[in-house]
Amino acid sequence: MLADTALAVMWVGLTCYALFGGADFGAGVWDLLAGGSRRGLPQRRLIEHSIGPIWEANHVWLIFVIVLLWSAFSPVFAAVMSTLYLPLTLAALGIIARGAAFAFRKASTELWQQRLFGACFALSSLVTPFFLGTVAGAVASGRVPPGLAAGNVITSWLNPTSALGGVLAVTTCAHLAAVYLCADAARDGERALASAFARRAVVSGLVSGAVAGAGIAVLHADAPELFHGLTHRALPLVILSVVAGLLGLALLHRNRFVLARPASALAVAAILWAWGAGQYPAMLVGGTTVHQAASDGAVLAACLVVLAVGALLLVPSLWLLYATFQRRAPAAGPGSSSSSEASVD
Amino acid sequence: MHHLAAAPWQVAALAVDKVSEGDLAAARAQMGFSLAWHIVVACLGVGLPALTLLAEWYGIRTGNPAHQLLARRWARAMGVLFAVGAVSGTILSFEMGLLWPGLMGMFGQVIGLPFALEGIAFFIEAIFLGIYLYAWDRLPPRRHLLTGLPIVVAGVASAFFVVCANAWMNQPRGFVLREGKVVDVDPWAAMLNPASPPQTVHMILAAFMVASFLTAAVYAVALLRGRRDAYHKAGFYIPFTLGAVVTPFQLVVGDWAARFLAEFQPAKLAAIEGVFTTGSHVPLTLGGIARDDALRYGLEIPNGLSLLVGYSPSTVVQGLDKVPRDQWPAVTGVHWAFDVMVGIGLFLLALGAWLLLSWWRGRRCRGELLDQRGSRLFLTLAAIGGPASVVALESGWCVTELGRQPWIVWGIMSVRDAVNPAPGLMTGLWLVLIVYAGMTVATVYVLRRLAKGTAVPLAPQEQDVESYPVV
Repeated sequence: MLADTALAVMWVGLTCYALFGGADFGAGVWDLLAGGSRRGLPQRRLIEHSIGPIWEANHVWLIFVIVLLWSAFSPVFAAVMSTLYLPLTLAALGIIARGAAFAFRKASTELWQQRLFGACFALSSLVTPFFLGTVAGAVASGRVPPGLAAGNVITSWLNPTSALGGVLAVTTCAHLAAVYLCADAARDGERALASAFARRAVVSGLVSGAVAGAGIAVLHADAPELFHGLTHRALPLVILSVVAGLLGLALLHRNRFVLARPASALAVAAILWAWGAGQYPAMLVGGTTVHQAASDGAVLAACLVVLAVGALLLVPSLWLLYATFQRRAPAAGPGSSSSSEASVD
Repeated sequence: MHHLAAAPWQVAALAVDKVSEGDLAAARAQMGFSLAWHIVVACLGVGLPALTLLAEWYGIRTGNPAHQLLARRWARAMGVLFAVGAVSGTILSFEMGLLWPGLMGMFGQVIGLPFALEGIAFFIEAIFLGIYLYAWDRLPPRRHLLTGLPIVVAGVASAFFVVCANAWMNQPRGFVLREGKVVDVDPWAAMLNPASPPQTVHMILAAFMVASFLTAAVYAVALLRGRRDAYHKAGFYIPFTLGAVVTPFQLVVGDWAARFLAEFQPAKLAAIEGVFTTGSHVPLTLGGIARDDALRYGLEIPNGLSLLVGYSPSTVVQGLDKVPRDQWPAVTGVHWAFDVMVGIGLFLLALGAWLLLSWWRGRRCRGELLDQRGSRLFLTLAAIGGPASVVALESGWCVTELGRQPWIVWGIMSVRDAVNPAPGLMTGLWLVLIVYAGMTVATVYVLRRLAKGTAVPLAPQEQDVESYPVV
């Protein structure tokens, strides 16, 4: 019971990372595709403006998932990290390049620096979710056996299911970001930008759907256990994902950007939950179940209590963060940043 | 607990056969390098928010534009440093698994709790940092100042929790090893082990010292270059005063930490002080080289160590002769690191005393410190004090980590048993070195640009967004 609760909490964290962190990654992908420095300016401004205050908080979900995995399911953590250290190292380097470059770009003034840091940020926004997706594919297709580095360090993540996971991660991130950004642009009264991102949201949504559809054949051939889970126990969630995805596209088409957000988020979240439900109770397919991997009851209880108490602090804080920046800013008063800088310099 | 070292555990034993010396060295180098890098940024992340809030508070109280500008500038640096600190910290949590799955597979659950708590603290920090940096123009000044407070509290809390986990590696508690398996875990006992109080307090004070002296050093250089305006003076005095206040406490805590070692980790203390033979009337040796089971060529203070440890020359200090030879840490390195740390600590203490003395003199003859005789020497030493505090920080960290060798979990699991048996860790090391080199260059460059006062805000407020270029 405790182990299942811990797993559910971890999965909620993973969902939050996929939705919030995923949208940040996707914003980076659109930054990459925005075009030359002049043509892409409005888009990059919107992206920078939208994710600037929140990306660091969004990034913490990943740490949350990692820490909960190692606390509650240490042997699984050790097996996954040691076998998949290549894609995970590459994802980690991507995380470094992305976060640092995003902060550096904001602090630089010259065009070549902004280009360099911007390229770094955008490119790592593309590769990081890809590698994280290959990791998900490796675990889902049962290529991570229990034990230290017991799996093949190459083929565990270079295989059809991992490739599917990587591509699907990138396209869904891009889709989420486009949906979030078109609502942000619409709120700021940028109609052209809003409809441009709405178009991108539809395209990336359709691509995601196509990839997921093609994925059925891949999973059937490459990961039969997961395929069985998805077509049986997890089938309602798969259907929910499809319905939510279509609903989101319809809402985008009718310019209902704010409503499209929860629909798209539900479509992506349902895929993750379908994976979890399809695989349960195996944590390492063909090897370790949730209950075999679970930590001592005292550890699980302590972590859950701490997280529950932490949530009492975190939820209002997160609400304050998102609420502060989802409102339009008040007109600049005296003592605002640029004016006080100018007066003292 | 030492007998537990002989306990067999299947997974690690199987793995060890596959580990090559090169991969073990690469894993150690990678972990050491990324930790040494992160620790500096993390200290600034703990100390800089406090300095920024101090400046902002002064600014609001006095209406002095110099303080207000300082707060804005430091907040920008804080934003950059927090970003690189967040990512380099995330890498560390990856590396715990990528490099040391043997440790995490077996003991991950035992040390999970402090990391979960740290995660929450870090989350709070990230949330309020977002608000603090970006809502400067959206909130009234006092409420804005209030949104900065959680950053300071959560920063200190993060440091506390993370160092608790490290303290557990020095004093493993809260579990039972039965047939090579970890059972009966008590995560709270593991977290609040005997090493936690001295180690956490020592580290948190170190963070404030590094942030203070490093920031003060930047302004000391500017003052030396003749920029003696209110802005640069305040930029020097605020952090330097904080550093000078913290330093005496740090020496007391350092002494407490050393006496903790005498009781709980005598082998580490023996390596720190280069004590090879157990006995009383042990001298305190400064410098020296460990050779032929003795510390040679050092400066000896008779009875010094016995007096420090037990306040009496007849106090018995355990030497390395009580430790199996293959479990000795590298004595010369640990000993020198310790001497460097203490030496710099005393140097910073003297600088603080100088500040106090000249402040008192200045009050009597209505002069300011920077107008007094010797102010150039003082500022030069203060400029050196910034980088020196970083050296002291790294040395102290070397003492803790190298002094624990060859154990990753003191007396229970060796570093060799914890490492990832997968091949190719050397390649990972090179990749990480290249990426970190790039990040170091970029961080220093960007911070220097910020110090020079570019017009581009790090956290663009609403009305700035239109006015600055984004590629």
